[in-house]
Amino acid sequence: MSGGTRLENANPVIFQRSGERLLTASEEDEDVHDPIDDREIFDLIRSINDPEHPLSLEELNVVEQVRVKVNDAESTVSVEFTPTIPHCSMATLIGLSIKVKLLRSLPDRFKIDVCITPGTHTSEVAVNKQLADKERVAAALENSSLLEVVNQCLSTRSI
Amino acid sequence: MAADSVVLLSLVEEFVSGLQDSKAKDTATGIKDGQFTILQLVEALGLSLTSSQPQTRARGVQLLSEVLQYCYEDLTEREVEVLICFYENRLKDHYVVIPPLLQGLRALTKCTVLPPGSAVSMLRSLFQDIHVQSLMLAERSCVYNMLINLMETREAELKGLGADFVFGFIQSMDGERDPRNLLLAFQIANNIIRRGYNLGTFTEELFEVTSCYFPIDFTPPPNDPHGITKEELIEALRAILTGTPKFAEFLLPLIIEKLDSDIQSSKLDSLQTLTACVSQYEHKDLAEFLEGLWASLRREVFQTSSERIESAGLAALTALTSCLSRSVLNSDSEDSLGIFLDLVLKDCKHHLCEPDLKLVWPSAKLLQAACSASSRASPILTAAVMPLLTEQYNNTTQCSHRRTLLEVIQRFIQSVKTSQSAENEENVFLPFRQSLCSLVFSALSETNSSLQITATSVLTLLAQQTGLLLDSDVELAVDHLIRLLLTEEDEKVSLAVVECAGTLAELHPAAFITKLIPRLKKEMFSGPIEQDSNREAPELQSRHAVPQWCLSALAAVSTQPSVVQESTSVLLELLSAAHTGAVSLSVEEVVMACRSLQRIAEQIQDTEETGRCFHDIIIPRLLSLALQAALQGEGSSGRRSPLVEEAVLSAMVSVISTSCSRLQPILAAQTASRTVSLFLDGDVSFLPDNSFPSHIQLLKKPQGDSWSQSQMVCLLMGCVCSLPRSVAVPHVDQLLSQLEDMSCTCSHPLSYTSAAKCFAGLVNKRPQGDSLDSLIQRMMKRVCSELDSASSPVRTQAFTLMIWVAKALLLRYHPLSTELTDKLFSLLDDTNLGPMAAEGISLLMSDSVDVLNRGCHADVRILYRQRFFSENSAKLVQGFSAASQEKKPNYLKALSNIVNKLPKQVQVTELPALLMLLLEALSCPDQGVQLSTLSCLEPVLMDPPPALIQQLEALVSRLLALICSPAMNVRTASLRCIHALSRFPIHEILPFRARVLQAVACALDDKKRLVRREAVQARGEWFLVGSPGGR
Repeated sequence: MSGGTRLENANPVIFQRSGERLLTASEEDEDVHDPIDDREIFDLIRSINDPEHPLSLEELNVVEQVRVKVNDAESTVSVEFTPTIPHCSMATLIGLSIKVKLLRSLPDRFKIDVCITPGTHTSEVAVNKQLADKERVAAALENSSLLEVVNQCLSTRSI
Repeated sequence: MAADSVVLLSLVEEFVSGLQDSKAKDTATGIKDGQFTILQLVEALGLSLTSSQPQTRARGVQLLSEVLQYCYEDLTEREVEVLICFYENRLKDHYVVIPPLLQGLRALTKCTVLPPGSAVSMLRSLFQDIHVQSLMLAERSCVYNMLINLMETREAELKGLGADFVFGFIQSMDGERDPRNLLLAFQIANNIIRRGYNLGTFTEELFEVTSCYFPIDFTPPPNDPHGITKEELIEALRAILTGTPKFAEFLLPLIIEKLDSDIQSSKLDSLQTLTACVSQYEHKDLAEFLEGLWASLRREVFQTSSERIESAGLAALTALTSCLSRSVLNSDSEDSLGIFLDLVLKDCKHHLCEPDLKLVWPSAKLLQAACSASSRASPILTAAVMPLLTEQYNNTTQCSHRRTLLEVIQRFIQSVKTSQSAENEENVFLPFRQSLCSLVFSALSETNSSLQITATSVLTLLAQQTGLLLDSDVELAVDHLIRLLLTEEDEKVSLAVVECAGTLAELHPAAFITKLIPRLKKEMFSGPIEQDSNREAPELQSRHAVPQWCLSALAAVSTQPSVVQESTSVLLELLSAAHTGAVSLSVEEVVMACRSLQRIAEQIQDTEETGRCFHDIIIPRLLSLALQAALQGEGSSGRRSPLVEEAVLSAMVSVISTSCSRLQPILAAQTASRTVSLFLDGDVSFLPDNSFPSHIQLLKKPQGDSWSQSQMVCLLMGCVCSLPRSVAVPHVDQLLSQLEDMSCTCSHPLSYTSAAKCFAGLVNKRPQGDSLDSLIQRMMKRVCSELDSASSPVRTQAFTLMIWVAKALLLRYHPLSTELTDKLFSLLDDTNLGPMAAEGISLLMSDSVDVLNRGCHADVRILYRQRFFSENSAKLVQGFSAASQEKKPNYLKALSNIVNKLPKQVQVTELPALLMLLLEALSCPDQGVQLSTLSCLEPVLMDPPPALIQQLEALVSRLLALICSPAMNVRTASLRCIHALSRFPIHEILPFRARVLQAVACALDDKKRLVRREAVQARGEWFLVGSPGGR
């Protein structure tokens, strides 16, 4: 690893991945309506790749199921993520990746709110403000080099 | 004669001056046929060879060389000597003459009559007069080929040249760049090393001239006609570098240097070369590089970036250690193995004791790699490491850490297992026996499930090593296993426990017979009674799980004959208790008991003893129980035995069929004849608990509701249809005709289907001949007459018989099968039977579980599906276009049933012809057709044929339309296909991107979660299409 020294957090603590969601009988029943629940949203974002490490956000504990809240009836989703270290410069990028993933994977009716877990980052307010600003998110995705990094985070890893 | 010489002259003239290359061939043929001799040719060439024009001389030599290439075999020794002399001399000639000269020389090296000494002189003048690397590609290859030819035939002479030969070769290959020639040069170098040529003072030069290519970095050009791969070059070069210990002092520094490289492939190549070379080396070759090598290896494993490099590094470490362990020590040399292992331990040991266990895995892997290398290394390492690990385990309280440590220990035991081959050696773990056992038992008593699972596998490993588990330990282990079996709720743990019990029972059957089986028996027989007294619903749920694992455990431990006898008798008792109602078991539990019996029949060794157990005890007992249940069903005594249920009967069928097909053919024949006489003549004498009435007629048409007797024919099927083909079925003709009657007249579905299957299974194994043909004709006539009369009450029965016999004949390529399948296709147009016929085709194409498969020794030819498809696809397409609108779905369904079962390679090649039909099938309203078409399209889409890409527009719009289908299976399948489409070439699919994204968006709000999941995946991939950073 030639570039090892450049990483801000070169040796992060790795967490175990949760297993696949268990298939229940009601999910296979044509007539039952399955509501969108916390676990489903968590499944959407847990496999996002970290921009720095060959690991997923779940393995780095950046996202956790308890910090995902969804209300299907009111069409709102809120996700809090925890950067691995308080001065992580990638926080905005991670937040943007989560936001883009949810935008692409959820129906239009949802209002999506992504922010940093309170008290876990030095410039928390600024990052939250950026992520909440629709125009800035849209503008960021016009930038092709930024879009490239986001897409890399969202692409399924081939092993 | 004169005429010949004129002919020859004119040939020479036309070749040399007329530049007609084909004349060389003519001349050669002339010489081969004896029309002229070489001497005459040389005389005729005289003028051209002595011409003052170099071009003319070259042309002359070329003719001679080409002729020699054709007829070098016919030359005499004298001729060869003269020719070589001439060619050697000419090497000093003008450079345009050299290429044909070399060709000639190469032809001469292939001569068997090469005079002694000529090889040496040839090479001397070659090395002296020619500078190989200034020649063209083809000429260089000529030189290498000459060397190869001479090395094959004149090895002794070349060795006589001594180091000069090596030097000449080094000079000729120095600077070679073409991969084709490099392969030749590597071959020569390899020969030099392996065949013991004297390298003299040129060892280092030979190493330099070859090692400059290491590591090989070569990418063949696209559409490479020569087909040389990087791997070939790597293998060839590695063979040279690792060929001799003399290279050690040069190669090892080179490897250490190349391991520093940033390029992954060169690291990998270096590690693999290291692994290969140490197998030849001795410890003194390695001594001075040990520290450098270890530092590099450690770095590669600790900071690994890819698994391949890590495993190559570990393999290299193993090879290195085993090389060091192999060497013989003498009094004045140091113990290099000890020194090296000290190095390894120094760098790895402390990581095992770190409280956060961060680098524990890489260190453990390195230690294990060294440990598995030899029986000398493993005691040293285990003695140093095992106490540490056990102490660390006892000191930590975190379950995840404990599990990690236990897994490390597990890997150590495994690694030692691979290195220990000598039987008489004392087990290296013997000193730690006590602590290991207590560690495992304490882990088994923990509540953490993953810790328990790891502990069971360690226990298994310990049991497999001799002398590690004392009898008392085994008993303790069995107690633990019983406790886990009966109390554990986590399925994974129970599965691991069952597996562990299976292995342990094979090694220590006694403990299982005395402890586990009686305990399980008690549990099974007492369990359901408790259930009766305790009627609360949640209690009922948890109670249910216990017998399930008991039954699996019972099956798993039954590998030794002594255990089998105990466990099967428990199972049989359970079944008869279920029948009498002494224990109330659900149908699933009875089925599970039968499954366990079948599993035992599958896994035990085929010996006389086990065969007797199954054929003399178990099968008669099962038949007797089934018969009792059937007869009882007739008497109207309120409660129905579970043994008349279809699920239970088919589970019994698999027990009978497994034991008849794999255990003791002679006993199986005996069972078959008893069963046949039971069914034909009502002979019940061999059944235990014999209190049956004497007038049993199981194959006669049942009166009233006596289906419970008639359905017993499936047990007959299980027995007679699974016999090896060498065993003859008694009274087969009578049996066949009764079965035919039954399948055409009976009204109970299980009975007539089983009769039809039994008939088909027997037909499949009947020898070819007139009796078989007439049997089939007779049956066909009967079936057809039933099928043709639309009002017949037994059309379904006749159809069932036909389809099973069609399958039986299709499998063995019987010529009459076409008649039956044609009849089947004609039924696709039938109003009532059409859909059934379409379904029936999937029966023809798929493997059936209980009859007509290879496990039952049926006559199944290879590729019968492809054959069926290629013979009938045209008929289907034709039928489809001719059919009326409401019948078309039948054809589409039949087609998708066939295509679905074909291997993917065949699908891809046949697809273009059927594509239109499949696309049509996608828009067919029948959901079954849609689903099966989608499932057969999906694998094809992974590797799309060009024909499909042309139809992309039609495909995409049909798939998108199916996203809104009412059936969720169709929705998920179509989304999966859309997902697969995103891997098509970008320029083809980019135009559809916006449309697909929009259409899939509506599926994101689907009411079913499974559909949403597919939609998210598909949409995510389509977003990446043509986007930066995506695809």
